[in-house]
Amino acid sequence: MSDPVIRINKMNKWFGNFHVLRDINLNVAAGEKIVICGPSGSGKSTLIRCINRLEAHQEGEIEVEGITLDGSLKNLEDIRSNVGMVFQQFNLFPHMTVLENCTLSPIWVQQKPKAEAEKLARELLARVRIPDQADKYPGQLSGGQQQRVAIARALCMNPRIMLFDEPTSALDPEMIKEVLDVMVELAEEGMTMLCVTHEMGFARQVADRVIFMDEGEIVEENAPEAFFSNPENERTQLFLSQVL
Amino acid sequence: MQAAVLGALLLAMVWLVANVQSNLERQNINSGFGFLSERAGFGINQTLIDYTEDSSFGRVLTVGLLNTLLVSVLGVFFATVLGFSLGVARLSSNWLINKTAMVYVEIFRNVPLLLQIMFWYFGVLRNLPTPRQAVSFGDAMFLSNRGIVVPAIEAGSGAGWYAAALAIGLAAFIWLRRRARLALADGTMMPIWRPLLMVTVASFGVAALLAGVPFSLDVPALKGFNFRGGITVIPEFVALLLALSLYTAAFIAEIVRAGIQSVSKGQREAAAALGLPDKTALSLVVIPQALRVIIPPLTSQYLNLTKNSSLAVAIAYPDIVSVFAGTTLTQVGQAVEIIFITMMIYLSLSLLTSYAMNRYNARIALVGQDA
Amino acid sequence: MTGFTPTPARPAPANTVGFVGWARENLFATKLDSLLTVLAITLILYVMKVVFGWAVIDASFSGSDRTACLKDVQGACWPFIEAKFGQFIYGRYPDAERWRVDLVFAAGLIGLVPMLMPNVGHKRANMIFLLGFYPVFAFIMLTGGVLGLAAVDTTDWGGLLVTLVVAVTGIVASLPLGILLALGRRSDLPIVRALCIGFIEIFRGVPLITVLFMASVMLPLFLPDGVNFDKLVRCLIGVALFSSAYMAEVVRGGLQAIPKGQYEAAAALGLSYWKTTRLIILPQALKLVIPGIVNTFIGLFKDTTLVLIVGLFDLLGIVQLHFTDASWATPETHITGYVFAGAVFWLFCFAMSRYSIFMENHLSTDRNGS
Ligand SMILES: Nc1ncnc2c1ncn2[C@@H]1O[C@H](COP(=O)(O)OP(=O)(O)OP(=O)(O)O)[C@@H](O)[C@H]1O
Ligand SMILES: [Mg+2]
Repeated sequence: MSDPVIRINKMNKWFGNFHVLRDINLNVAAGEKIVICGPSGSGKSTLIRCINRLEAHQEGEIEVEGITLDGSLKNLEDIRSNVGMVFQQFNLFPHMTVLENCTLSPIWVQQKPKAEAEKLARELLARVRIPDQADKYPGQLSGGQQQRVAIARALCMNPRIMLFDEPTSALDPEMIKEVLDVMVELAEEGMTMLCVTHEMGFARQVADRVIFMDEGEIVEENAPEAFFSNPENERTQLFLSQVL
Repeated sequence: MQAAVLGALLLAMVWLVANVQSNLERQNINSGFGFLSERAGFGINQTLIDYTEDSSFGRVLTVGLLNTLLVSVLGVFFATVLGFSLGVARLSSNWLINKTAMVYVEIFRNVPLLLQIMFWYFGVLRNLPTPRQAVSFGDAMFLSNRGIVVPAIEAGSGAGWYAAALAIGLAAFIWLRRRARLALADGTMMPIWRPLLMVTVASFGVAALLAGVPFSLDVPALKGFNFRGGITVIPEFVALLLALSLYTAAFIAEIVRAGIQSVSKGQREAAAALGLPDKTALSLVVIPQALRVIIPPLTSQYLNLTKNSSLAVAIAYPDIVSVFAGTTLTQVGQAVEIIFITMMIYLSLSLLTSYAMNRYNARIALVGQDA
Repeated sequence: MTGFTPTPARPAPANTVGFVGWARENLFATKLDSLLTVLAITLILYVMKVVFGWAVIDASFSGSDRTACLKDVQGACWPFIEAKFGQFIYGRYPDAERWRVDLVFAAGLIGLVPMLMPNVGHKRANMIFLLGFYPVFAFIMLTGGVLGLAAVDTTDWGGLLVTLVVAVTGIVASLPLGILLALGRRSDLPIVRALCIGFIEIFRGVPLITVLFMASVMLPLFLPDGVNFDKLVRCLIGVALFSSAYMAEVVRGGLQAIPKGQYEAAAALGLSYWKTTRLIILPQALKLVIPGIVNTFIGLFKDTTLVLIVGLFDLLGIVQLHFTDASWATPETHITGYVFAGAVFWLFCFAMSRYSIFMENHLSTDRNGS
């Protein structure tokens, strides 16, 4: 296995006095796809939000692409532009067109010329199969289309790693598929992905490893076949019997 | 049913008009707007345009309206600056700053404005020492119970060159900003301030070479019981401006706070996840969305401030209500016409503003969402 | 197969919790924050020193005329307030009759307090007491002239009494008027709608002071010879009409927020327009806009001070009037008087705004609970 691109070592995080993440250890290799699941409130979102430092941890180390996450602003900028993130609630900017949403980061962070940024954005919008919506506003799109815009927007930064926080759980069933198809394609192209999701079909299809979390810790991690057919831990078994 | 309402209304109107006519006849009051061209015969202590006792009541109306507009425009400016600062302070993660701003807001918006005006005027400004014992700032600016006296700058011949230099600076600023904005759309940064500084210094340098220094300072000095020279800002104006700004700022602070808070946390997180630095996220993501929420109530605060400036009458600042609906009314007695004119002026100001507001709202409404 | 025993939670690192953690996060998060904190502390200490020095250390607390308040470094002149307190509350209401005012105040409190507490029952009876019995009672007690009570002319009323009379009447009259105007503005009848829009926009477009001028100098001209209203009543009408226009806009906001489905469901049940409005629409709409309604009340309460400009003596007016009393003329009298009046107004307005926040929270938990 090549050098890990994400290295998390004995990381702990508290919200006030509430111990949300306890002694998390996790290494992710380049191109690896990881699916994280677990009951509500177990700390899945908090874990992946720590990876691009939307949340700050208090103990232990997180290293992304060899850069240590501490308070330093320089490191923060480097990491944010290497890591793309897709949210459950899309969080598109409602006052900007789809194209403007996608070109925001290339123009303002990477200082690309506008024409080049737009060309890239249109290519990526075509890749997520909504080439015709570029000049609409987010409010005019369906949920599935909005989430695909959000994916394209994150891809426009040309990130090395993509984080997904339950990208399909605010969507209607028929829209879930259109988003998952895009994610599968992305996985097949070799993107490093960390994905919080309860779409077990997706996990079986693309994941290299499935991680189960409860009470702020990683209870079990395993390859998908082993994880689903033969969970090692009673807690995992109980959880799987409820979601499958 | 509608016809009945209309009929009743018409009857009531006829009855009222008849009453007014008989009352006016009995009290020997003229009607019509002829009085506007009659001689006013009283002085006004702050006039932005030429005015003497021989001017007409129509002139009084104009002087009053200009005074209303003066205090309103300046009030809007100061209230906005203070209100936005307080609103941002209310959102500060610094607990102390946050609570200090909160205390300010809770005090100033829960005490009647009229009381605040009277506090500043009768309580503070009129209690200052007389001009003879005035508080002096470097013997050039004086604070006394007659108001604030500041030096006036008098321009001699050749000042035109300086005006031209200023115009060049302004034009350069506009051009540079335009250039920078166009360039920004392509993601390149164009400097504004450094070239602007160079252009301005150069053009003023040329003006100085051509015209020397054609300005002189008219410094006020105590002569007898009052100051001569300089510009006097009357205490009525200071008190009114101060009270209007401090009071309205408290309301604006709440509007700004609510506006910024209305932008969801997810929007900021998304901007951060895209790698935008805080400042860029603020100016491209948060502020444009917050402004949509802020501007409509902000405009109505501006209108309120303008209407509230009519409280000037309580401290005899010569605004439109004070000199027209007050002094003129007592002298002429034509209450119906005078109050009608005064109300019409305020009404047109309000309607104009809300018309502009509706146009603006329609333009910025978010597409695809119910605004 | 292994079981899962969660790692026990550890306490957070000491410097991130407790007072130290709190201060690090909320006062000294960055260098700039630390600087601001220090500046703010300096400012607060300075303001407290000035205020405390004026109100307590340098203040005079006893005395019977101006000589008590002429020290070299003079702060507040509290004896002035003490000497004039009766005037500030009742105005020139005769001393022997002031118990009547007290009784009206007390009855108002007794009616109002249980009304404001959401958990006390009998709201209907309470409402009848407040809106049916109380106004008649207050009117008879305050004006007198019947039941063996001496008549007291409204020109003798003053101080907090006038402030409260104007505010309460304005509040009680403006809500129903505002509701009617708001309904009228959404009416299908074009003439009614036009009249309501005209009324609302005119009154919202002009300053209250012009409305009061109209009520005090123009209204008499509109009435037939010999008919005349009391000045207080004229001001009451002006204030009520003025705030009803603002109330109408608040209520309209609530009406607009009710989804069309509610009207359709009511129509499907065969309810008439008035029944739909009274039973379905208004209860929901008014609940939604409680904060706006209370804000209008607060605005109205502060606006009552304007009646002093047309010659009534409300609390502020009577304080202002007593500045002319030569036996209390000192440099500090004005500020002391204004601070006192300001504190009274502030108390009322602040209480109202807190109550509206309380009600909002109460209603929102109600909604989630059901
Ligand atoms: N900003 C915060 N402040 C305090 N507590 C928080 C905060 N964010 C999350 N928590 C708490 O931390 C715990 C973990 O939250 P997290 O959002 O990571 O859970 P999750 O596994 O993503 O759950 P879900 O499946 O519901 O999204 C929860 O108990 C939550 O209440
Ligand atoms: Mg989550």
